[in-house]
Amino acid sequence: MAEAARLPASPEIRARWDGFAFTADNEAQAKVVVGRYPPGRQHSAVIPLLDLAQRQVGAETNTQGWLPIPVIEYVARYLSMPYIRAYEVATFYTMFNLAPVGRYHVQVCGTTPCMLRGSDDVLAACAAKGLKKGHSTADGLFTLNEVECLGACANAPMVQINDDNYEDLTFDSMTAILEALARGETPKPGPQVDRQTSCPEGGPTSLPEMATANHDYRNQW
Amino acid sequence: MLEDKDRIFTNVYGFQPWNLKAAQARGDWDDTRALMARGQDAIIDEVKASGLRGRGGAGFPTGMKWSFMPKEPTPGRPNFLVINADESEPGSCKDREIIRHDPHKLIEGALLAGYAMRARAGYIYIRGEFIREAETLFAAVQEAYDAGLLGKNAAGSGYDFDLFVHRGAGAYICGEETAMLESLEGKKGMPRLKPPFPAGAGLYGCPTTVNNVESIAVVPTILRRGGAWFAGFGREKNEGTKLFQISGHVNRPCVVEEAMSIPFRELIDRHAGGIRGGWDNLLAVIPGGSSVPLVPAEQIMDAPMDFDGLRELGSGLGTAAVIVMDKSTDIVKAIARISYFYKHESCGQCTPCREGTGWMWRVMERLVKGNAEIHEIDTLYDVTKQVEGHTICALGDAAAWPIQGLIRHYRPEIERRINERRGEGEPILQAAE
Repeated sequence: MAEAARLPASPEIRARWDGFAFTADNEAQAKVVVGRYPPGRQHSAVIPLLDLAQRQVGAETNTQGWLPIPVIEYVARYLSMPYIRAYEVATFYTMFNLAPVGRYHVQVCGTTPCMLRGSDDVLAACAAKGLKKGHSTADGLFTLNEVECLGACANAPMVQINDDNYEDLTFDSMTAILEALARGETPKPGPQVDRQTSCPEGGPTSLPEMATANHDYRNQW
Repeated sequence: MLEDKDRIFTNVYGFQPWNLKAAQARGDWDDTRALMARGQDAIIDEVKASGLRGRGGAGFPTGMKWSFMPKEPTPGRPNFLVINADESEPGSCKDREIIRHDPHKLIEGALLAGYAMRARAGYIYIRGEFIREAETLFAAVQEAYDAGLLGKNAAGSGYDFDLFVHRGAGAYICGEETAMLESLEGKKGMPRLKPPFPAGAGLYGCPTTVNNVESIAVVPTILRRGGAWFAGFGREKNEGTKLFQISGHVNRPCVVEEAMSIPFRELIDRHAGGIRGGWDNLLAVIPGGSSVPLVPAEQIMDAPMDFDGLRELGSGLGTAAVIVMDKSTDIVKAIARISYFYKHESCGQCTPCREGTGWMWRVMERLVKGNAEIHEIDTLYDVTKQVEGHTICALGDAAAWPIQGLIRHYRPEIERRINERRGEGEPILQAAE
């Protein structure tokens, strides 16, 4: 976590973001989020609201969003908590970007289960397209990061790009995904081989009835 | 082999819709009110009788955990249920399948568990990276509210129970139960000292039980079919069915529900299409997620996949995340990558872990290349022993065990690399750099 880039609150960033406030839609969403916690426990909402703020920054900049310091200050004020408490949350959790990222945030899982099944090939495909770990491409389209286990190990290797997972990757399928995104298309998320989610390739070894109908097994109990 | 009629997660692959209507057609939410009418203690007793042990890794008996909660919560200090969906253990990918394909099993289980432990409300803490999964979960919870299955007079039982979804934002450590509570309170996910245990003082200082997704999601079926049915699978003290997650060098990686204690060979041959290159090509297996030590091929081939069977092999069932490695694997590098994971995920609170995980990773990287001295293997082992057991939570242990397992079983391989490069290495640094 400590290696991630952080931007200080320079005068330019202050000038751009000091006036940040939730849009009407996000304000309504923020109220729903705060309502999930008992009265007086609104600090619990800091993670969801930082996420909401980061997404709003993303929408305003046509990127995946990040958290300029004035935006973190805004969320802290919104929840009546000291700025430093919100800032330490923003720095602790890896999904908060403390420096701008591109239109597509390419997060390649490199942990052992993915490594065993070829995450190096996925990273090589990224490198071949000019993506560099920890950096954004010059056109601002892609930011590449290697991340830790994203919890799709039976579909390794995988990458998360913005809100979607692309799984069962090879050098070629990763290349195809990056090319499709660069063309402005949205590739189909999920396994990139002929496979239903985490079912064994070639068809289920259990519960075959479920593949074709919403089977109810209770009459066999 | 487990028969299809005895599988709990019938929609595990998402061939069918997850929504309430489809889930009800599969048997979920079927007269939940009658299950609750049996009474709170009867539910706990049934879960105890099922032999269910926590599916999140530690394997603590679930029914017993519930019985630690105050029977009569005091006003202003309600009981809470927190469901751990922060699935981040490398190798684990089962809660994801439950949440995105069978969320109503989890939600119904939450109501039943919450009721049994006298909880006023429950929070499902889902890891931030499960973005689409969380969308499904939010929608499923809303469906349950709209159908009167949650909230006031939940499912017509006369009991009020609220259930909320809370998204994390990327921190493995939040899967530790007290770190999860800190995170839910809006803080950095740093584990708390125990005692007090969460059942005494947990979320917002109130009595809290933290359970894994799978532990909760199996409860409705256990109550419908009886604890004895569930206890009929697996060996004694290892009862039940379990979602196994098979990754790595098998022909067809998958997630599959099987009976506990299934022999490793049968699990792999039946569901994962065998080892890549055949059984002679198997090198080693990490049987329970990255935190548990690896087991060499010859020891695990015919071992029963359960808590006690794997503990006898010096490893553990953990979350039943089975990471298979064939003979093409650079075993030292595979473990070094796990060491990097723990270095990355250490929360930084306890010195042995904060400093030790980075130190161990750096030494592991040198061992990958053989850029070390033979005696440094012992130094590394010694350091893992100093990290293990000297931290607030088990992350320090989890970082130490894979390395200990590697040295225990593959010391000759490490030495071979050192000998090949002997003379080129630099002496080890004594303090953390």
